[in-house]
Amino acid sequence: MRPSPARLLNILVPVKRAVDYAVKIRVNPQKTGIDTNVKHSMNPFDEIAVEEAVRLRERLKTHVKSIKAITIGPPKSLDTLRTALAMGADAAVHVQHGEEGSAGPEPLSVAKTFKAWMEKQKEGNKIDMVILGKQAIDDDLGVTGQMLAGLLGWSQATFASKVEVDVEKKQALVTREIDGGSEELRCSLPVVITTDLRLNEPRYASLPNIMKAKKKPVETISPADLGLDYTPQLELLKVEEPPKRVGGGKVGSVDELVEKLKEAGITAV
Amino acid sequence: PHALVFLEHRQGVIDSGSLSALTAAEQLGGQVSALITGGEDHVRDLVLKAKKLKGLTSVLHSSSPQYVNPLPETLSPLLESLLSKSSSFTHVVSATSSLAKSVLPRVAAKLDVPAVSEVTSLSHDTSSNSTTFTRPIYAGNAIATVRAPASIPVKFFTVRSTAFSPAQLQEGSEAEVVAVNPVQVNEPVTEHIKTTIAKSDRPDLGVATRVVSGGRALKNAETFEATLYPLADALGAAVGASRAAVDAGYADNSLQVGQTGKVVAPELYMALGISGAIQHLAGMKDSKLIVAINKDPDAPIFQVADVGLVADLFEVVPELVKKLKT
Repeated sequence: MRPSPARLLNILVPVKRAVDYAVKIRVNPQKTGIDTNVKHSMNPFDEIAVEEAVRLRERLKTHVKSIKAITIGPPKSLDTLRTALAMGADAAVHVQHGEEGSAGPEPLSVAKTFKAWMEKQKEGNKIDMVILGKQAIDDDLGVTGQMLAGLLGWSQATFASKVEVDVEKKQALVTREIDGGSEELRCSLPVVITTDLRLNEPRYASLPNIMKAKKKPVETISPADLGLDYTPQLELLKVEEPPKRVGGGKVGSVDELVEKLKEAGITAV
Repeated sequence: PHALVFLEHRQGVIDSGSLSALTAAEQLGGQVSALITGGEDHVRDLVLKAKKLKGLTSVLHSSSPQYVNPLPETLSPLLESLLSKSSSFTHVVSATSSLAKSVLPRVAAKLDVPAVSEVTSLSHDTSSNSTTFTRPIYAGNAIATVRAPASIPVKFFTVRSTAFSPAQLQEGSEAEVVAVNPVQVNEPVTEHIKTTIAKSDRPDLGVATRVVSGGRALKNAETFEATLYPLADALGAAVGASRAAVDAGYADNSLQVGQTGKVVAPELYMALGISGAIQHLAGMKDSKLIVAINKDPDAPIFQVADVGLVADLFEVVPELVKKLKT
């Protein structure tokens, strides 16, 4: 029997263009959504995902064959893919959909899109590992990774704070954050990993890398190319401002503070 | 409607978040069943407790060595079989816990239906068989109202526990108990190695009625402890932290309050040396009384605080502890 060829990993990193985390969002007057005419950037958890893929290659060297970024969105989503490329992804896939400011597909459709794209990849380019953010900071749903793992029947490790890959054994050892502590899992590849805050600190792309990223290949496709339509299952009825909290009360001393606490019935136990 | 509530437990105690999920399920206005999974010994005891919970129609339980350290890969097949075409379940409900967040969307995808996360209110319309939910988006800076219409046969949602009071035990309640065969997964693709729970003698952050939280201004892990803990102990409060304090290593991950950490709504929330980034406010702004101590009079935390004190916390917190105790 011939020795099996060395294992090579193909990593897919789904990224989402979202309203920048520092923007104070405003609900639009029609109450159909928020004012999207504001600064956007890559969803911070997806930045962590790109960073992790790039660090895996830095550790595993040539065992990582490819890192591809994929996004779904209007033409401007290309900026987000370029950011991923500048951080170290090799190539990108843009599933072009919708107008600027329009609602994106539901997470289940997003997961189906990634699955459909992955199924089109030829032998040798099959994806072994999907790394994505645990949630997007716009809709705060946090379900896409789990849905994708379910559709594929793959191992899943959500809220990862540490990832080690043994290429020969085709395993990932993942530490994940859980309520009140942490948990360690051994996942057989292929695997879907969702990133938590403390997995790593994403790098800033250097200017030369930003320039290089402009030359990296981006494949543009449509949902129809993958046999998908994005008709939502849920109906968004309205978006509103949350009730305003009236704060701003001040005291001038610890004595006054203790007094206020007592008024509220709060004393030492 | 007929809701299936995923009832979680730790060390033989039902999680408070699951009890809030039960309350939310009851508001749908139909039958409510709870599902308890785990090892045989734990499950047997838990069923005896759970069947006395108010509002429960039945308690389903399933035991297997595979459910002792629950994984989405081993639990999903059980849920899928319970929710197969012939089932009467119309809703699947859980707390917004790390386990339920991992399991429910996986199962929902298999059934080709969406999952609605962190619901804060709901109403079910029987005539149209649709359920309407509200949930915070953009770190709580907007509230979305979404409707799951009749075309979604099983409606999955997780519940924000601060928005629903936990279900109580009720004298005389006796829900029907139904054993469900486990669904054995041969050679699971994921193996549990170990779980590490950060030990603390203080109340659990998620359910505490008082929380004392610290931010980056606490300087380091030693001063965080030396300054915050005496105050927390004087008040019988849980300890929380801002993301900055966790990132700087002053406090454990599990203590983070905010958009991506714990969402709390205690009677008293004290923010010490926390500037009040929107991501932090998302995790605590529904607290009843918010007290903030910060050197910077312009810190955004003061805009939501009922009682603000502009001061050096290293000076005033020890004084506060002393005066609270007298």
